[in-house]
Amino acid sequence: MIDAATTAPRQQGLPLALLLTGLSKTFGGHRALDEVTLEVAQGEVHGLLGQNGSGKSTLIKVLAGFHAPDPGGKLTVCGADVSLPLASGAFRQHRISFVHQHLGLIPALTVLENMLIGKLAQSRSFAINWRRERQEVARRFETYGVPLDPDATLADLSPVQRALLAIMRATEEMQGGGGSGNGLLVLDEPTPFLPRRDVDQLFGVVRTVVAGGASVIFVSHDVDEVLEITDRATVLRDGRVAGRLVTARSSKQDFIEAIVGRRLAFAERPCAPTIEAPTRLVVSDLTGGTVDRFGLQASQGEVVGLTGLIGSGYDEIPYLLYGARPARGLLRLRDDTLDLAGLSPGEAMRRGIVLIPGDRANAGAIGALPVADNVTMPVLATRFRRWMLDRGGMLRTAHELGQRFDVRPPNPLLPISALSGGNQQKVLLAKWLQQSPRLVLLDEPTQGVDIGARQTVFRHISHAAAAGATVLCASSDYEQLASICSRVLIFSGGRVVASLTGPEITKEAIAERSLGGQAALGGAAA
Amino acid sequence: MSNTAKTQTTPGKPISSRTKVMITRRAEQFGLIVVWFVMIGIFGYLQPDTFLTWANLSTILGSQAVLVVVTLGLLIPLTANDFDLSIAYTMTLSSMLIAVLNVNQGVAIGWAIAAAAIAGLVIGLVNGLLITIFRIHSLIVTLGVGTFLHGLTLWLSDSMTISGISPALINAVIVQRLFGIPLEFYYAIGIALIIWYVLEYTAIGRRILFVGRGREVARLSGINTDRVRIGCLMASGFLGALAGVLYTGTQGAADPVSGVSYQLPAFAAAFLGSTCIVPGRFNPWGTTVAVYFLVTGITGLVFLGVSSFIQEMFYGGALVIAVTLSQLVRGRQEQQF
Repeated sequence: MIDAATTAPRQQGLPLALLLTGLSKTFGGHRALDEVTLEVAQGEVHGLLGQNGSGKSTLIKVLAGFHAPDPGGKLTVCGADVSLPLASGAFRQHRISFVHQHLGLIPALTVLENMLIGKLAQSRSFAINWRRERQEVARRFETYGVPLDPDATLADLSPVQRALLAIMRATEEMQGGGGSGNGLLVLDEPTPFLPRRDVDQLFGVVRTVVAGGASVIFVSHDVDEVLEITDRATVLRDGRVAGRLVTARSSKQDFIEAIVGRRLAFAERPCAPTIEAPTRLVVSDLTGGTVDRFGLQASQGEVVGLTGLIGSGYDEIPYLLYGARPARGLLRLRDDTLDLAGLSPGEAMRRGIVLIPGDRANAGAIGALPVADNVTMPVLATRFRRWMLDRGGMLRTAHELGQRFDVRPPNPLLPISALSGGNQQKVLLAKWLQQSPRLVLLDEPTQGVDIGARQTVFRHISHAAAAGATVLCASSDYEQLASICSRVLIFSGGRVVASLTGPEITKEAIAERSLGGQAALGGAAA
Repeated sequence: MSNTAKTQTTPGKPISSRTKVMITRRAEQFGLIVVWFVMIGIFGYLQPDTFLTWANLSTILGSQAVLVVVTLGLLIPLTANDFDLSIAYTMTLSSMLIAVLNVNQGVAIGWAIAAAAIAGLVIGLVNGLLITIFRIHSLIVTLGVGTFLHGLTLWLSDSMTISGISPALINAVIVQRLFGIPLEFYYAIGIALIIWYVLEYTAIGRRILFVGRGREVARLSGINTDRVRIGCLMASGFLGALAGVLYTGTQGAADPVSGVSYQLPAFAAAFLGSTCIVPGRFNPWGTTVAVYFLVTGITGLVFLGVSSFIQEMFYGGALVIAVTLSQLVRGRQEQQF
């Protein structure tokens, strides 16, 4: 289809910064990568897209020397053949460096010390000349227009500053490494935690990097970001290359089609706003963390979105209302009135409140335990029959829930960590929605979830709402909010600064209001 | 138990690989038992007159019941991902308390045992409260509390061994036998049975596992993690005290220091036990097998004339090997202590 459009690297005549051909990787019978080809020109920002399980992380891990590919693949870096498999860390010798989503920074150390981690690991000299290192680092920050203080402690940095620091360190490692060429920087989903304005700042740095002749591979879920920053993109689907697109000549729909393999009808708006339904949820004077005297009235069946820039407090609301973090205030749910000061998660649960946390790995699922155990966790007490846990019943329930929530593979005995992000999220939805809750609190419900599973998640949220629950969804994904919410509250500095309802809710309007709230505050302070 | 055993029955995989997975799984589950029997066979072949006698085997089964109970006690907080380094000291204190009350103060043995059990529960409660209220790592709290208890025991006993325990206890623990094996063996097996039932077949057991494997997940799932952790430490304190009762009965006396040597073997056995029967989880049957495996090895070597220093080498080596094995079984996930 769009495969024809493979020409037009930015700098013709130069050898490719990276050429991978015929790359395959099999994990016990499952082909994660199947004859994949990836070419990145010098001075190019090259997007790498695909759903979870499409093979993009496997591909990155092959480059990082983490996985050994099947025999037959070929790798050329700047015209020079490199033998596969790469040893772990061997990428440094080829002027390749990585920024992973977890950034690899040490919170207790300063910016300068973090910059030097890689260097010190390799260094052959005995002493450290701190003054010279500090000057070098400061000069580098200046060159790239990154406003960072080398002596600041990492803990005091905002998320975007951390991301910028990680990128700075990677560019230094890339330029300091052996080998020829201008280097290749691999950004493995650096943006999902960043609000829009910070992403712009990050993209500014990316543009400076490629202006110096280096290349960037930009791995992302976000089609808009890919449209904005990349020159070309390779789309993977089921381990194969599903398309190579020249960004300037492709539309968002082209990208989505390549990623999903079918045209997605954009999720239609949930039914007409159910404003007429009686008010069932009243939150008054909620204070805790960043949040300052938050109040809300919502009706049965309503899906209310909470958003704002990072640090505005919107993402704390679900945890505060669930008793998972210290809070003050009152929560009235139907006829129950709860004092949030003394609320524990267990008590919240018994009142029909559920929370699906954003941090799946640490707060959502126990990776090493089977799906069945994870899914039955909140209902264990009801599974105790005649001196014995009803194991068979638990398995049957898990199996049924798995089918209802479309969990794949449908085997409740698999450890949950063996599932893709999207399927893990389906399991967590099943875990919490099985008991018809009255208030559903969501934190980033589709983070790290592929486009296909995203629709399933949306559908189950709508079902829960239709069944009578009130849903509060904290998210920084404006498109998602626009497709599932009947009302969106925008936070800044711990307070609601704007509210959008019904047809006003668009991705652009939310983005605008999020930034606007911040700007208005900044103006007032100045 | 059935959970892990059934994992490979996924339909659609080629039979050969499924059988292979099954064989690996079974080898993991029962490997230690096979090695244990092989070891018995070898020692029996080398020393048929002394080692492979019913008298010797029944002595091993009986006398090591104390270690089994200590290890089973340890297992409970370990499942909740907490360490109890005070358990061996709790055992010695409990033993000394019984001796002091029964021998020096003339308290009836039943009341002395009850006092020891309560002491164990209180020690567990203190451990648990310190850990959960002040958020201190269990390793540090129980190390401190354990050392404190050791001092307390020395003070209580004036650093002397106290003998002359009521024969009723000695009878009930070691003198009376069933099928030639002292009763204390059956007590230990009974405790293993109870722990197995609780961990595997009750909601409480599942909660302990959830707290151990994903504390934040458990908390957000409405489990009162602090209460579970305190409960686990009280259980280990109680079982430590119970081990002290059996120890006193076995020795007919209480001595203020020798119980301490149970600490390391207990950890070695608990970790080694987590590599068999239910590989990847601390489990009572694996633990029981592991204790007897270690003890058989030591006894056999001593019978062959190796000096008793082999005991320390064997236990120390076994702990490291056991942890290495359990890491391999758990697929090298990062250990959370």
